[in-house]
Amino acid sequence: MTSQVEFGGVPSPEVSPEKLSENKKKTAWILSKKYWYGFSFIMPAVPLISGYLAIQTGQGVWLWLTVVFMYAILPAADLLFGVDEANPDDELVEQLKDKRYYVYILYLATLAHWAALVGMAFIVSHYDWSWFSILGGAISAGIINGVGLVAGHEMGHKVNDRAQSTCAKVILACSGYGHFSIEHNKGHHKDVATPEDPASSRLGESIYTFVKREIPGAFRRAWALEATRLKRQQKSEWSLNNEIIQSMSITLVAYTLMLAYFGPVMIPFLAIAAGYGWWQLTCANYVEHYGLLRLKNENGRYERCQPHHSWNSNHKASNLILLHLQRHSDHHAHPTRPYQVLRDYQNVPSLPSGYPWMFVLAMLPTVWFSIMDSKVIAWAGGDMSKVNIDPEKKELMFKRYHQPEVELDAA
Amino acid sequence: MKTYQCPDCAYVYEESKGAQHEGYPAGTKWQDIPDDFPCPECFVREKPDFIESE
Repeated sequence: MTSQVEFGGVPSPEVSPEKLSENKKKTAWILSKKYWYGFSFIMPAVPLISGYLAIQTGQGVWLWLTVVFMYAILPAADLLFGVDEANPDDELVEQLKDKRYYVYILYLATLAHWAALVGMAFIVSHYDWSWFSILGGAISAGIINGVGLVAGHEMGHKVNDRAQSTCAKVILACSGYGHFSIEHNKGHHKDVATPEDPASSRLGESIYTFVKREIPGAFRRAWALEATRLKRQQKSEWSLNNEIIQSMSITLVAYTLMLAYFGPVMIPFLAIAAGYGWWQLTCANYVEHYGLLRLKNENGRYERCQPHHSWNSNHKASNLILLHLQRHSDHHAHPTRPYQVLRDYQNVPSLPSGYPWMFVLAMLPTVWFSIMDSKVIAWAGGDMSKVNIDPEKKELMFKRYHQPEVELDAA
Repeated sequence: MKTYQCPDCAYVYEESKGAQHEGYPAGTKWQDIPDDFPCPECFVREKPDFIESE
């Protein structure tokens, strides 16, 4: 470092003027994100806008707009706007982490997600659309349900905050995924990146194989965890004390009302809208930990989840819409840390794009394997015993890729 | 009185309060909490990781 002593013996600041102005810019950007997080309640407006356009033009194909938005416009925005290099420093974290403003955004999102679901249900049931247009409307509602799970995820982690955990149940009820908070907090976070976790995908496992393990496995684990908790409280798991039943009841009441008022088209519509919401979560779980494995300590327990046990994406556009969920290493390191102060880590596994485009790739297994498998193998240094592999592909994968780097200091 | 703090999320277990939502009523002694008890806020640290203080 050059001398820090200026003429007259007054030490100059350690930070150069350029650095200082760069830091100021970063801080300004981080603070301005408070407006961009508004996407959380703007996203649910997309299907409603598409419905308006469909009604105005008489063209039912507009009901597919949200699908295009998710899988084409968002990836393009990620490509265009690139990565977000700004991390809040400790001072800024302190300043932002408890601001209620960021929580109110989530409450607004909860309202907006229900408005989007009911709105789309109204639109598909009150006009004369082809089955293809209705399908578009249902998948669009499903995509928005999936986005709603992100806000539900964020609030579901705040178990000590009554209002947030209640709101989580309400928003998760849009797609009938009320077991998510329990499954995710107590199950996934504990078992992440191990073969025991139904919500961590394995090398060589296509998303279509993964989903058959993930959806039932997650539900069973959630139910067992909740039953154990209620047993300790000496309460019945078959009662409204069960938080899964609480959220599912909201779904049941809302879906029944929609069926009664909007007619039988609600049966396929709600099934697809809920199912596609679940599928969005499957996609997220699939890309977040693919192939990554925590090793066992000498005592037989898995090592603690480290930053290198999650795939990250620091893309600006998708991170603003997904509440920084893609800064996934920090999320697993500190599960209760609020979204506005999540940080990007250096030297962690990185996805080539944001989630929206990674979901597209995940749905094309050949393409997914060709891009991601080599990244997993490089991550493990060619040592396949350090990879979470699909048991059915284990032999093949070892034969094909096992080439542990020779230890230089080996005798 | 002794308290037990989660090293990650700053949750504090106090025997006088217990962890009621998780089914450990007020007054549950720390020694009666099982070893696999996860922090009832972040769920990623377990009883042996907790920091004891007076």
